[in-house]
Amino acid sequence: MERRVVQVPFDDEAVISLRAGEMIALTGLMYGARDAAHKRMVEALQRGEALPVSLQGQVIYYVGPVPAKPGHVIGPAGPTTSGRMDPYTIPLLERGVKGLIGKGYRSAEVKRSLVMHRAVYLAAIGGAAALLALCIKSSRVVAYADLGTEAIHEFLVEDFPVIVINDIYGGDAYEAARTSGVVRR
Amino acid sequence: MMREIPVLAIQEALETLLTEAVYRLPPDYLVALVHARDHEVSELGRSILTTLVDNARYAESEAIPTCQDTGMVIVHLAVGQEVHFIGGDVSQAAQDAVRQAYQGLRKSVVSDPLLRKNTGDNTPPIIHYELVPGDQVRMTVLMKGFGAEMMSALRMLTPAAGVEGVKKFVIDTVAAAGPNACPPLIVGVGVGSSFDGVALLAKKALMRPIGQLNPLPHLAELEAELLSTINDLGIGPQGLGGRFTALAVHIESYPTHIAALPVAVNFNCSAPRRATIVL
Repeated sequence: MERRVVQVPFDDEAVISLRAGEMIALTGLMYGARDAAHKRMVEALQRGEALPVSLQGQVIYYVGPVPAKPGHVIGPAGPTTSGRMDPYTIPLLERGVKGLIGKGYRSAEVKRSLVMHRAVYLAAIGGAAALLALCIKSSRVVAYADLGTEAIHEFLVEDFPVIVINDIYGGDAYEAARTSGVVRR
Repeated sequence: MMREIPVLAIQEALETLLTEAVYRLPPDYLVALVHARDHEVSELGRSILTTLVDNARYAESEAIPTCQDTGMVIVHLAVGQEVHFIGGDVSQAAQDAVRQAYQGLRKSVVSDPLLRKNTGDNTPPIIHYELVPGDQVRMTVLMKGFGAEMMSALRMLTPAAGVEGVKKFVIDTVAAAGPNACPPLIVGVGVGSSFDGVALLAKKALMRPIGQLNPLPHLAELEAELLSTINDLGIGPQGLGGRFTALAVHIESYPTHIAALPVAVNFNCSAPRRATIVL
């Protein structure tokens, strides 16, 4: 399928242009973080501390990559289930995060908050980790290195394929698929 | 006649199974995935299935994991009662095999469910032993991704719920899992036994290759009916709509108590890591 290339981090124009159900390709810089890094970031915010990286306009990919084989940039790096990050997501949206990448359902609160903060939720293909890793051109740990695979990574990505699930207009691709009669027999 | 098997043979076989299963999807699953790709009606679904087939082929050609969640190891050992293990402890040999096989893989196991400190070597595996007739050891491993595991469920139904109750629980569990479990799925269903037993039946259902039906005709029919109903939900690949929500439904059953109709649903995802060897 044809994919429009969108630059990350997102500017306002990019976020406004995205519509639920569209397949796009991301190029630029984004962060990788999952359960343990989210817990630590939100606990830091609760103590009134600064985050180790600025999240303004940033995109967070929920991923715990496999260690790289010699000669590879990174090991397989597909999306993990997003719902586990729901309890930590709203404080990060309040700090300016504009895009979240994972797979699976989000809570009603998160979906409302996405619209309110004009941010989008995107899905990468779960189970396509080996191919997705090819779209990551460089990777480095930028915070919480002790968390290993769960550390905050910074990725330079090129044509990283994602599907828009929740846009800023309240569109929801999972909901649309569930209620659409087209695919039923 | 006793047959002696050194535990080192178990360790080496397990390490080989894990090392290969992590990058090579079971051939029966790949055939089913290609069939789905060629018959999916949704354009986005077809694109996703194409990516999954390409991913499987690329991972195998490069000998890199198909999925970043290289899982927690489940080992099922069906041990012939004529077998005598020598040269050490079988469980320890399994630990050593996992430690070795995961050296270059992601470590996804924490030592305590509440304290949550990573064990650093992906041990321990979960080992199920079953004593069977004969002098062979049949070993099946699942490198279980937990996106799918997390959406699994168990219910102690009453006999009055009957087969309709079983069907409803399976369908509701698939619908609730939606995209989270990474469809297209393999749906493992346990029916009967006890609280602990029914969960293991569902797990064993995931160890059966696609294309093998339950030998009991009424359960084979139920497998086909459930697969059709699940795929009528329209959830589709990755939950984005389509015909192929599941590629197979496998049911395993066991006698149960007059008061109960236990049912359990365990999922495998679009990267099911499974391998079997007979020693």
